[in-house]
Amino acid sequence: MTALLISSCLALSACRQQPDPIDYSKAHPGESGSTLISAMAAEPSSLIFMIAGESASAEIASNLFNSLLTYNAQLDIKGELANSWEVSNQQKTITFKLKPNLKWADGKPLTSADVLFTWQLVTDENTRSPYASDFQLVTKAEAPDALTFIATYNQAYAPALDSWSSLHILPKHLLEGQDIRTTNFARNPIGSHYYQLSQWKHGENIKLSRNPYSVLGQANIEQLITRIIPDNSAQFLELMADNIDSMGLDPIKYSRIIPTRPRLQKNLNLYKALGNSYTYLGFNLKHKPFNDIRVRKAINYAIDKQEIIDGVFLGLGINIASPYKPGTRWSNPALKPASFNPSKAKALLKEAGFVDANGDGILERDGKPFAFEIITNQNKEREKSAVIIQRRLKEIGIDVKIRAIEWASFISRFINTGEFDVVILGWGLGLDPDQYSIWHSSQHGPGQFNFLGYNNATVDKLLEQGRTELNPDKRQTIYHAFAEQLLADSPIVYLSAGYGLTAIHKRVQGIANPTPPAGVGYDSQKWFIPKSYRRNQISAH
Amino acid sequence: MLIGISLISFFIMHLAPGDITNNEASFNPKASEESRQKLRELYNLDKPIIVQYGLWLKRMVQLDFGNSFASHQKPVFLGVTDGDSNYTEGMIEAALPITLMINLLGLVITLTLAIPLGILAARKYQLWQDKSITLFNFIGFSIPGFWLSLLLMYWLGVVNNWLPISGLHSLNYDNLDTWGKLTDSISHLVMPVIIPSITGLAGITLFVKNGMLDVLNQDYITTARAKGLSEHKVVYTHALRNALLPLITIIGLSIPGLIGGSVISETIFAIPGMGKLFYDAVLMRDFPVVMGVLTIGSALTLLGNLLADVAYAWADPRVRRGVAKD
Repeated sequence: MTALLISSCLALSACRQQPDPIDYSKAHPGESGSTLISAMAAEPSSLIFMIAGESASAEIASNLFNSLLTYNAQLDIKGELANSWEVSNQQKTITFKLKPNLKWADGKPLTSADVLFTWQLVTDENTRSPYASDFQLVTKAEAPDALTFIATYNQAYAPALDSWSSLHILPKHLLEGQDIRTTNFARNPIGSHYYQLSQWKHGENIKLSRNPYSVLGQANIEQLITRIIPDNSAQFLELMADNIDSMGLDPIKYSRIIPTRPRLQKNLNLYKALGNSYTYLGFNLKHKPFNDIRVRKAINYAIDKQEIIDGVFLGLGINIASPYKPGTRWSNPALKPASFNPSKAKALLKEAGFVDANGDGILERDGKPFAFEIITNQNKEREKSAVIIQRRLKEIGIDVKIRAIEWASFISRFINTGEFDVVILGWGLGLDPDQYSIWHSSQHGPGQFNFLGYNNATVDKLLEQGRTELNPDKRQTIYHAFAEQLLADSPIVYLSAGYGLTAIHKRVQGIANPTPPAGVGYDSQKWFIPKSYRRNQISAH
Repeated sequence: MLIGISLISFFIMHLAPGDITNNEASFNPKASEESRQKLRELYNLDKPIIVQYGLWLKRMVQLDFGNSFASHQKPVFLGVTDGDSNYTEGMIEAALPITLMINLLGLVITLTLAIPLGILAARKYQLWQDKSITLFNFIGFSIPGFWLSLLLMYWLGVVNNWLPISGLHSLNYDNLDTWGKLTDSISHLVMPVIIPSITGLAGITLFVKNGMLDVLNQDYITTARAKGLSEHKVVYTHALRNALLPLITIIGLSIPGLIGGSVISETIFAIPGMGKLFYDAVLMRDFPVVMGVLTIGSALTLLGNLLADVAYAWADPRVRRGVAKD
């Protein structure tokens, strides 16, 4: 009995021994099979993206559903379900030609009737999709034959192409006659992309397996498992224990924790890619003194953006001068961010009438000290940025207070009412360059997105032109001019465009490096896990 | 009572600024104000609060907790089967058993540790046993649960790979045999159950100890000892039963915690329980879920208090006689 116990203990401790370190540097040919395990913080509420509208849903659903169009590595539009598309009739009509022999994961044919059905669904009042407005502009949608889909607009609408690249085409034969808001399809979908849903354990994990009828060919990796782990630290512990293969990182983990731990460094590859978002300091242009461009420019000069990027984002961000991702065609390379120049800032403030008359270190105009409040939501990075800005503005004689407020109160009490002076916020943008809803002067109303009150006739005109021009080269010129005017008016101070940071286990190979503008996940169907690197079995806890 | 609770919680919830249509995810230039306004109309959020309460109460008396405002629109309490016999699980129905199981196990562990420790501390009052138990309790009471959790997750899960770090089941759970499933579930439950019970140990141990000290100083204990009964019999037969009476109250009071669950531990251990459900619902201003959790929680709490009173009467003849006299 004792001997048995001892031997079983030995066996047990043997299983717990760490395996010999594997050398992940060898090159391997692409091999099909295996499982990739990742983690996400929030569970999708539905896998019909047009209804859920949240990033968790997009992350899973984009492995299941195709759109007519998609983006290439350089973020230019290319066909996905569509073989080609043609713009005609003074740019008002878009004719899509589908690829032949497309199939759903259940083997049924995917035709233009499904596209037409999806359009009807997204524009249906009962669907209440947050994305309906782009598609309601289509005045006539037709599917004259199985491979042709024609969308006609009242007037040329350039963001249309982007909208068709984000609309997941849904199967008519499964959804017709169902209530889209309550259908079981949202939890049990059939798509056409590389993967299909094989199991969804609510609150625990989502398993996807390869779709044999995938319209774009077969992905290398057999199974994708996404575990739902709300706590970021717990996710990281799972990554350290090699129970998950990839996770998104924050700057501290990326540049401080992983580089100082040899075991993690040996197992993980780190990737960084600019996101489509930026953090900014925005002025309420309807309030004094922020209606004075000299004041806005002075504050811009007084803030050291590099200091914020280094201090808050640990260097993992870049300074920008236009509201577009650098490296894409929409970003104007001629524009340079305002430099850090406190003396220029002081001169501008003096010109605007601010002087320190009573010698208390704070500037005054008409006897009133220059003091305001920076409001932001409870977001650590924004709060830290605010503190750094507070100090810099103090140096030029501006008294700044900071208030961080829970999101819903922030929006309803301050943004929607316009009762704020200065905010620190961020915009996460789509891939289309159209920013009509953020900067056009018609978008000032409560609940609309030009809450800063920006109003410039030239910009209005450019934004209107940009919306009606489908030729990418002509659009590029328009948006370069728009960004230039925006920078000259300084309604916001661009603080930082942050990198998206990802760690992926070295067993996963075939990942494009350096990361293309489309992000680390681009072409993930080409990723593979060589046989010798695979887990023996998924004992992953 | 229940109506009072529901009224207060309903108004508090609606006094908080914002509603389902303006959470952070919806701050999206592509989502138009009209579509948000339509949502508000659909959910009656544009009506005065008192009308909304009336509508809610009307459904409540039919035990209809409604559906979540979130885009999945799951039923709040019990699942439903639709025309195609697809079953949609209710949110509370899914979360409550998990939380209840973890907290009941935790309570059992706490009690099985706290009662002997409390008795020991009372019997060895002011001696080193008592002092070390008190010290241990203070440490356990003062350590933040999330910190201890993370440390133990690192030590037991990453450094030593003895226990799973988070979640309720392994990924290969469905392929395991019955024994494998059992050990898998137990190993996943060890940390989420034991860590909160360590931090909860202090209060109950102290309760048992003080109750025991009170009783041991009573005259009838002196009598029992004078009769020549063994110390064992004095402590465990005569003193313990009386000393444990206050515990019934404690257990009755802990019922809200049993069903409420803990946001922090459920988040850290990735457990889809009641605490996380409630917390997310509050952040999203998902009123039907918030109200469902509060109402069911308060109903169960009232029921728990009633049971505690009944149990008191059963355990303590003095209470029973008092009732009979009235």
